[in-house]
This record gives sequence, structure tokens and C-alpha cells, in this order.
Amino acid sequence: MYVKIDHTKVKGDLVRKIEEISGVDVNRCYQCGKCSAGCPGAPFMDLLPSQVMHLLMTGRVDRVLESNTHWICASCFTCTVRCPKDIDLAGVMEAIRQIELRERKDFVRVDKLPERLNAPTIAMVSAFRKLTS
Amino acid sequence: MIGYYPGCTLKTVASIFDRTAREVFRELGVELRELKNWNCCGTVYSLASDDVMHQLAPVRNLIRAKEEGYTELLTLCAMCYNTLKRANELVRRDPEVLSKINDFMYLEEVKYDGSVEVIHGFELLRELEDKIKEKVKNPLKGLKFAPYYGCLLLRPREVAIDDPEDPQYLSYLVELLGGEAIDFPYATECCGSYHTVGAKELVYQRTYEIVNLARELGADALVLSCPLCHFNLDARAKELEAERSGFEHIPVFYFTELLAHAFGLSELQLKQKGTQ
Repeated sequence: MYVKIDHTKVKGDLVRKIEEISGVDVNRCYQCGKCSAGCPGAPFMDLLPSQVMHLLMTGRVDRVLESNTHWICASCFTCTVRCPKDIDLAGVMEAIRQIELRERKDFVRVDKLPERLNAPTIAMVSAFRKLTS
Repeated sequence: MIGYYPGCTLKTVASIFDRTAREVFRELGVELRELKNWNCCGTVYSLASDDVMHQLAPVRNLIRAKEEGYTELLTLCAMCYNTLKRANELVRRDPEVLSKINDFMYLEEVKYDGSVEVIHGFELLRELEDKIKEKVKNPLKGLKFAPYYGCLLLRPREVAIDDPEDPQYLSYLVELLGGEAIDFPYATECCGSYHTVGAKELVYQRTYEIVNLARELGADALVLSCPLCHFNLDARAKELEAERSGFEHIPVFYFTELLAHAFGLSELQLKQKGTQ
């Protein structure tokens, strides 16, 4: 029997959108796990960064969007500088956040924050830019 | 000519960073000339290729610098440095993005062309090494510092001011000022950054690990260059003392405070044994 495996069909539109926004071809990942090993947010993530990559490669975006991984990622770029395949993982996480934010799904709800929030300007501007639409 | 971009937090909670920087550079013969009309840099560089809108704020600051005739723009805050520098690199390598931004900001009299160089305070200090040696009157003798770079001075590689995995400059500077820099494995670890707003537990955990290790390795204080790292490793660490028994914060200083102390301009407020 002839079976044709076509990765463009496996990926689907959302993965292609993530690739377009981030400029990353997710199929380049060879699952070494170095990103997950060094990620300071990993203990707080539902899925490790390398698991996110694997799910994207196999088109399971729904599983990725259910997780909190892209929200926990703080763009520290540790994964990006360590990736042996030069994949900008932080860029992939940003693209996944953008997919959510463009549908008005915010991670930080400004109306739910305490009235007198003890945090400097720099923290608020960056949190609102990264985590709200 | 060098213009100076302080950024929002150096005007508020990190005003000591701004003040000591002006004093220290003046002592070294460099007057920090603040841009006359700057705006927020955006704090975080947008990583989305189709999101040009968020590059306007940093590029507008670069226009302000060009307008005033500056060829270099000095930053001290790690987040400002990273955002301004990356936006500058983007418009330099992508003429299409640059013209889009210039077209959008058609009311600006000056068009941006990528000609301003964004630099960090460390880069200027590197050139002033001999002068620094001359000015040390009050060496940081007997004091041990844990050098802490955090993320945005070192990553990604295209804007790194030092080796992203094994940076040395802060240790070198501490030793130039007569202090001791410990070998600190968490020097390049993330403090949790802006999660201090919506996911404080994450920041508490990062702070706990970073401060504890510095203490275990015998550091008297942490030294850094980012006001957000400072807030997380200092203010959040103090809150953490009430939550986790046995945990104690340690003093956190901007690198300019160390210079000011060594030059005899002000004194570091170190923690005395048995006091808060």
C-alpha cells in the first residue's frame, strides 16, 4: 500500500501561522531537550518547551493552547541561545501567545489585579504588553 | 556624541541608579546628557514578525537621539538596552520595516536611518578603565559580590554585551574596584521578570533560589544592572522572609552604586549582622 506522509497537511493552518509569526520552521527541532533542561519556568509549565515543539510538529495545536507553557515563558532567551538547531524558541512562544491574544484571550486580567499593586512601572508595562491584548 | 536614555524606572523606584550613574560618569569626565523628549521604550521587544506597531516606541526614541545630533545612545536599564538595541538591529537589516515605520511617523521631521548606536553603560566603562583605576579612593575591600546579569544584557546573542553563557565583565569591574566577585552559577538565570505582576509565586521561587545560592556562596550582596531584577531580588525577597522560614534577603546594588562607593561619592548600605 502506498502511503504519502505530507507534513504540510499534518501541521495545519494554526501551526503555519505560528511559523509565519515566529519565522521558525518547527520541523527543524530534533527533540534533544536542551531548551527544557535550562528553562527557568519549566517547574511551572504544564508542558515542557520541547514537548510544545513536538506537538507543533505533529499538528496538535489544541494541546499546546490548553497548556500554560507559552504564558509562563518570560522571554529570557535561555532556550534560544542554547538550541543546537538555532531555533528561536522564545519567538515560537511569542507566536503562540499572539494566537491567543489576537482572540482576546488574556493571561493577566487587569480588572482582577489588586487596586494598589506593588510593582514598578517596568513590570507593569512589560506584563501588559506580553500578557494582555 | 553620546545621549542618555534613562527610561521610566530610573525616574521612579530606581532613581538611585540614575543619580549614581550621573555622579560616577561625571567623575570619569563624561556628562550624561539626557534626551530632551523621550518616551517609554516599550520594555519588551516584540518577537512577532508581523507586529511592526510595537517597534514604533523604541524607534521614536532613536529619532529623538538623531534629532539632537547624538551618534550613540547610552542606556543603563537592561530592558531598555535590549528593546532599543533590537529594534535598531531590526530596522538596520530590514529596509521594508524601516520605511513602513518612517511612513507611519510622517509627522516626525527627522527620518530614521539606523545611524544611532545603542550602547550599555558597561561598554562606556570598558573604555574608561584607566580613569576608573585612578578614581578609586575607597576600595570595596573585604566585600564579596555575586555578579548578576539576568537575561537581557546577554540574550539573544546578537545584542549580548558579553559571553551569553560565561560573562565576565561584572566580576572584572568589582575586582577593579577592590572587591571580590564570587563565582556565581546563577549569574545569567532569569528572575521571573514581569510575572511579578500576575504570577508572583513564580518570582518568589526564582528569588528564593537565586538569593539563597548567593548567600550560601558567601556573597555580601548582589550586583546588577536591571531595575526589574532589582525589584524581584530585593523587594520581593523581603516579602519572602515572612513566607518562608529561614530565608533572609541580601542587599542588592546597581553597579553604579559600587562605583560611587569606590570613588568616595556615597556609601553602600550594607546589612549588619543581626539586623534587617
